[in-house]
Amino acid sequence: MCIEFETPKPIAQQQYVLKTVAENMMRSVSREMDENEHAVPYGYIEFMHAAMKATGAGSLAPKSEKKEEDLNKPKRPPIGYQMLAHMLEMLSWGDVGMYLVTPGGGLGAAAVEAAATPEQKQKFLARFGEEKPTFAAMCMTEPGAGSDTSAIKTNAYLDEKTNEWVINGEKIFVTAGHKSMVPDECFGKGFIVVWASIDPSAGRAGMRGFVIEQGTPGATVTKLEHKMGIRASDTAAISLIDARVPYDHVLGNPTVEKQTEKGFKKAMATFDATRPLVAATGIGVARASLEFVKEKLAENGIEIRYGLPRNKLTSIERDVIDMEIMLRSSWLMVIKAVWMADNGKPNALESSMCKVKAGDVTTKITQKAVELMGPLGYSREFLLEKWFRDAKITDIYEGTGQINRLVVARQILGYSGRELR
Amino acid sequence: MYSFEPNEEQQMLLEAVGRFAANDLRPAGHDAEEEGTLPKKVVSKGWELGVLQASVPEAYGGFGERSAVTGVLALEEMAFGDLAGTLAVNVPSLFVTPILLVGSEEQKKEFIPPVIEMDWQPYTAALIEYALDFDPLELKTFAKAEGDGYILTGEKAFVPFAREAEAMLVYANLDGNTQGFIVPKTAAGLTVRSEAEKLMSLNALPTYRVSFEGVKVPKGNRLGGEAGHDFQPVLASMRLALAAMAVGVARAAFEYSRDYAKEREAFGVKIAQKQAIAFMLAEMATEIEAIRMLTWEAAWKMDTGAEDAFKDAYLAAVGAADMVMMVTDRAVQILGGYGYIREYPVEMWMRNGRGLATLVGLAIL
Repeated sequence: MCIEFETPKPIAQQQYVLKTVAENMMRSVSREMDENEHAVPYGYIEFMHAAMKATGAGSLAPKSEKKEEDLNKPKRPPIGYQMLAHMLEMLSWGDVGMYLVTPGGGLGAAAVEAAATPEQKQKFLARFGEEKPTFAAMCMTEPGAGSDTSAIKTNAYLDEKTNEWVINGEKIFVTAGHKSMVPDECFGKGFIVVWASIDPSAGRAGMRGFVIEQGTPGATVTKLEHKMGIRASDTAAISLIDARVPYDHVLGNPTVEKQTEKGFKKAMATFDATRPLVAATGIGVARASLEFVKEKLAENGIEIRYGLPRNKLTSIERDVIDMEIMLRSSWLMVIKAVWMADNGKPNALESSMCKVKAGDVTTKITQKAVELMGPLGYSREFLLEKWFRDAKITDIYEGTGQINRLVVARQILGYSGRELR
Repeated sequence: MYSFEPNEEQQMLLEAVGRFAANDLRPAGHDAEEEGTLPKKVVSKGWELGVLQASVPEAYGGFGERSAVTGVLALEEMAFGDLAGTLAVNVPSLFVTPILLVGSEEQKKEFIPPVIEMDWQPYTAALIEYALDFDPLELKTFAKAEGDGYILTGEKAFVPFAREAEAMLVYANLDGNTQGFIVPKTAAGLTVRSEAEKLMSLNALPTYRVSFEGVKVPKGNRLGGEAGHDFQPVLASMRLALAAMAVGVARAAFEYSRDYAKEREAFGVKIAQKQAIAFMLAEMATEIEAIRMLTWEAAWKMDTGAEDAFKDAYLAAVGAADMVMMVTDRAVQILGGYGYIREYPVEMWMRNGRGLATLVGLAIL
């Protein structure tokens, strides 16, 4: 036990490699990907797939065999989530839109990882370690159900004759939904995890995740959204009309327990784990913007005089100093949240808190950066204006800033969802 | 590795400091502020916790090693009780810690043990000057080399316990550099105003204006010895102390207003059940945690000698000053009219909060 802020060596080494990737495979095509919405960065995807296969980094594919443990070796504390947070931050520093099309299963695989049986994990996750890059997506949001997931209308019933689940509904804002569900000869066969109710009268207790494989009749991508930023990432609408999946494609207990919300809690558990990671992606974008600002100021002979009393600083100095404070403190909150996850400490509060902070900080920093750079900030000749557009999503997806405030408030007040709506 | 858990020794210290903050400082804080004086026995009890003593090596009369991380933990915990009380308890640190950090071996041996080995005594330091463009790095109190010593000329403000202090560390501008000088209270030309400073808060902490008219300081009393010293580690340690105390004061205000919001009813529900209040509290908790992390990291960097440690301490202090103002202001707001009434502690925390941007040099860790 101690208080320490030393970046673990394996993470530092990984960061060194990822920076090269971010510079050479992401920044170099960043503008092109932004201008050609829905173009697929095949080069980046294939490179990342090969790299992740070789190192096992960032992939949720079950490890085939465990190495014999050397009992004499002192056990190191686990750093998996910390590593992932650093990885996502650096890749998002490269290009957050492209990072979102990193193969490996994304939120879909994370939902399986959080809620599935060992057999299901083997069945659904093994593909991510295979030859071709493969995608999976999570389908939660509906036209009438965003943050209020209890309003989900998509439903599933069991056809007892065929022992299949039959799913009907409409899902929107599905990140990587197209890559998961529409065949592409360069990619493996993906899937989506659809959250649906098996008993609408049971509210959240009736909610379950269902794995729907690519090619399932009735599950169709109907639209690709056009977005303010993160344009390299496909955001799909998926319609489900009598989509049938085998019985064992349901995640978690298939019977309704009216008194509990286990099924839904599993979905939420996915968010506890991924909120700090999403925060990390925003922070990567903010760091890119702040570095750009400092570089341009230096080029123009504008020095930031750290150490001066506040009332002696210029306006630009105050802004840059504030941006640094925001960036570093939010990043440390992310590190703490993932460190807790690695060490098996409940981190619902810290996860939501760092997401609240990162959502604020990334939007504020990128907005201020554009302001400070004048015409350079607004011009598409530089990437700064793109980072401003990319950043805003951080405060929206994986729970808006407001929903996360609600989660934080309930935690610090000891209130249930009923006591604080 | 990253790690966010105080070690066992730190936890024990935190428990002791926490008890003192809750059982002694907090109950005394309100009346001390109103009456303008803090009971000596509270100060003595705080001193006996040994926060400073534990940061001084045995060779100089203490029983430990300095750790900025331990320092920020302890100061946050103590300031959670009461800010003026925390400053009073730690006044001797203003004299000891800079000597420990950048003093010469002779100075450490001569000046530290008499402070450390005894009961609480008011040894102090003078940094702030009464000018709106006050800058610790561009002081207007000047030191001039003359003969085999130095001559100090100028005026200092907000010097805690100056009237009673046996000796003080005076910071002055020597050829453009901020340098410390150890000055005994008997020095000719040193005048402490008879009337204490009147500030927006911290009434329980007596502070004074001190003037220096050609005060002679022997060569050996220049902090660091003949070659002088680097002021940056001293300033950074002062800033970290402010940041840590800001987190403590903010936490006090946050917890008080949170508990109030869970009791107070309006329109048939507790006001904490209204998002307008709940969101304020959520943001307060978030900002406190953000600055706490920044402060911890800066302290850790100080302890490990990282090259950007001083810059980070500055950033932590700047961030902390904004954070504590935001949090204490909202705490007052959550209590509404009661927040503005001196019977409740939150308005004092708000006045304390504003001071933390200004009072560099009133604490060090």
